[in-house]
Amino acid sequence: MTTKKRTGAEAIIDTMQQQEIEYIFGVPGGNAIPLFDALVDSPIKFVLTRHEQGAIHMADGYARASGKTGVVFVTSGPGSTNVITGLFTANMDSVPLVVICGQQITANLGMDAFQEADISGISYPVVKHSYLIKNPNDIFRIMEEAFYLANSGRPGPVLVDIPKDVSSALVEPRPAGDLHLPGYHIPKEADMSALEHAASLLEQAARPVIIAGQGVIISGAEKQLLYLAEKLRIPVATTLLGKGGFPDHHELCLGMPGMHGTAYANKALDACDLVMAIGARWDDRIVGNKAKFCTRAKKIHIDIDASEIDKVIQADCSIIADAKPALEALNGILRRSNTTEWIKQIARLKKSFPLKYKKEGKLKAQYVIDEICRLSESRAIVTTDVGQHQMWAAQFCKTDLPRHWLSSGGAGTMGYGFPAAIGAQIARPDKTVIAIVGDGGFQMTLCEMATAFVQKLPVKVLLLNNNYLGMVRQWQSMFYDNRLSGVDLEGNPNFVKLAESYGWKGFRIKRSADVRRVLREALAYTQGPCLIDAEVEQHTNVFPMIPAGAGLCDMLLEAPKEKLEKPKGGT
Amino acid sequence: METVQNGTIKKHTLSLLVSNKPGVLIRISLVFARRGYNIDSLVVSPSQDPAFSVMNIVATGDSQTLDQILKQLNKLVDVLHARDRTGEDIIERELAIIKLRCTPEVRTDILQIARAFSCDVVDLSDKSVTFQISGKTEKLDTANKVFEPFGIMEMVRTGKLLMARGEEATA
Ligand SMILES: Cc1ncc(C[n+]2csc(CCOP(=O)(O)OP(=O)(O)O)c2C)c(N)n1
Ligand SMILES: [Mg+2]
Repeated sequence: MTTKKRTGAEAIIDTMQQQEIEYIFGVPGGNAIPLFDALVDSPIKFVLTRHEQGAIHMADGYARASGKTGVVFVTSGPGSTNVITGLFTANMDSVPLVVICGQQITANLGMDAFQEADISGISYPVVKHSYLIKNPNDIFRIMEEAFYLANSGRPGPVLVDIPKDVSSALVEPRPAGDLHLPGYHIPKEADMSALEHAASLLEQAARPVIIAGQGVIISGAEKQLLYLAEKLRIPVATTLLGKGGFPDHHELCLGMPGMHGTAYANKALDACDLVMAIGARWDDRIVGNKAKFCTRAKKIHIDIDASEIDKVIQADCSIIADAKPALEALNGILRRSNTTEWIKQIARLKKSFPLKYKKEGKLKAQYVIDEICRLSESRAIVTTDVGQHQMWAAQFCKTDLPRHWLSSGGAGTMGYGFPAAIGAQIARPDKTVIAIVGDGGFQMTLCEMATAFVQKLPVKVLLLNNNYLGMVRQWQSMFYDNRLSGVDLEGNPNFVKLAESYGWKGFRIKRSADVRRVLREALAYTQGPCLIDAEVEQHTNVFPMIPAGAGLCDMLLEAPKEKLEKPKGGT
Repeated sequence: METVQNGTIKKHTLSLLVSNKPGVLIRISLVFARRGYNIDSLVVSPSQDPAFSVMNIVATGDSQTLDQILKQLNKLVDVLHARDRTGEDIIERELAIIKLRCTPEVRTDILQIARAFSCDVVDLSDKSVTFQISGKTEKLDTANKVFEPFGIMEMVRTGKLLMARGEEATA
């Protein structure tokens, strides 16, 4: 650290350099100008986005693809309120972000001054923590705390609100490492007796299943999970966010469980006598009706966040710890199990109930996804938006690599997928990055096409264009007598021309016969960003499906002939 | 008692040690509000160390939700400890100031009752009398009931104050 006095804004940049931050995403404004001024002399690269929501989703995609903390700079008032959706998205999915907001000068706080929003107050329910810095001499400490909080324990977004007079003031130099967080505790070692209990339950189980969540990926516990699953021969289902924590192509992999999960994952869960969730939180999209969930099974829960234990499902054995050391310790004491019969049963389930779609007839979204995954040899980083295409991508995109699958899970934020791909491409310039998006969600953040162009990023947007808010149409068609209401996306632009007007390359797929040729061409195009507009069948629905609030055993494998009752659970 | 899916609705007594910073109270009340838990009383005061505050909260709701609330409170960066003290043998006190309508005809009656509750007279006028009363919440509730017929003009209560017995720390 320098000994010369620095302005508040320079102090912020100093801590970022110590944290080895390479990129900042954002949009400037009056109260953030000191921050942007300090950026001029710094090696940190700034990515100017077209909307603050784009900036925060980019930082999120950057963070998920790299494991590093994503950083955002925005101005006060509307600049800061525009990041709320992104904070919520990151908070729900445990993504490490530090979001710095410019603010009105201290004397104007609470005065309804121009662009003065109480952003720290607004942020409370959707962040891991937030700060309003009033004393310039707190900047070094708070910035260090912010980065530490964001990317330790269960990661999450931290917001720092900094009035313009504070970022302009001179601050005293301060030695690094002086954190003051007496109320922040990260679980240390896993409790040995809980581990032994878990081990004995695992060894005794005849029909065990593991649900692996994003905690496995955040913790970097993929090898430990693989070792455990192979040693005891336990099938592993990966949650929407846990995809890549266990190889999709592994014979023990069950794919995604839950509402639109694989039939074999759900049938295995329904029949199991032990279920162990690792870094997963028994999300309602997986559990459905709690009273009908894994009724015959003992439950083990490994999570770093104590508040997840017994929140949804009462655990018979709980281990509050980081997944990696917990699995390492568990692997050290596990002996053997006998699941031979169970594994045979799983193989039969996989054979009898594979994921499928009709290849004949009009162009199917599933086919396009299936092919892009195959042609990219499962090595691309795939981001998704939210809707039918997301669930199909979760079903048909296979990956064996962690941090290669980025999707908004807990929040289900439309508009996430495309900016997240930009962030991921910046984090991993060596990778092919594909954003699989719907025509609805893409239009929520498509202004970032300019950002991708300016940054010369070869991201590929695969637009599954069904001219509908497809997922909502599916619900209306299945549960509301097909009374379509507010789902027709009439007025969609010509996406290829739109792409071209942003300096992108545009491709179009109209027929199944075109799929491979066009996708090959698009994958080979690396001169800049490109968009593939795939005009897919409009009325296909996603199956399997467990209606919200129903049990795993109520799964529908295909469109039912009779009319269904309205679901009892949330969306 | 009203029973809900998650168990029985009852009053819970919580004790917290928190950072003495702006915004802490909102973060804490949001944890309750989001789950539809009503805070009945709340006491905040500085602790011996000015960097921290002590909070005593009485809140009504079901016990499973309370378990989640406690975990969420403990998860807040500004909360050092949050503990459920319901039904424990700890020191509980509350103080109230009660202003009664008091004409000369009923004054003797009122003062007699006040003595029975060991109230202190803190103000007197020709039409009113104001007492300070302290003790357990139940005692204050009873006094309230007994004074009610005379006409309570105003009352203010501190809410429950908690202190662990012996050397044990409360929060
Ligand atoms: C910001 C936001 N608004 C609304 C929704 C509700 N919603 C969920 S899926 C969906 C439809 C998405 O349509 P599209 O992007 O075209 O994808 P498709 O389902 O057609 O594949 C909607 C409106 C949401 N998840 N996020
Ligand atoms: Mg659509």
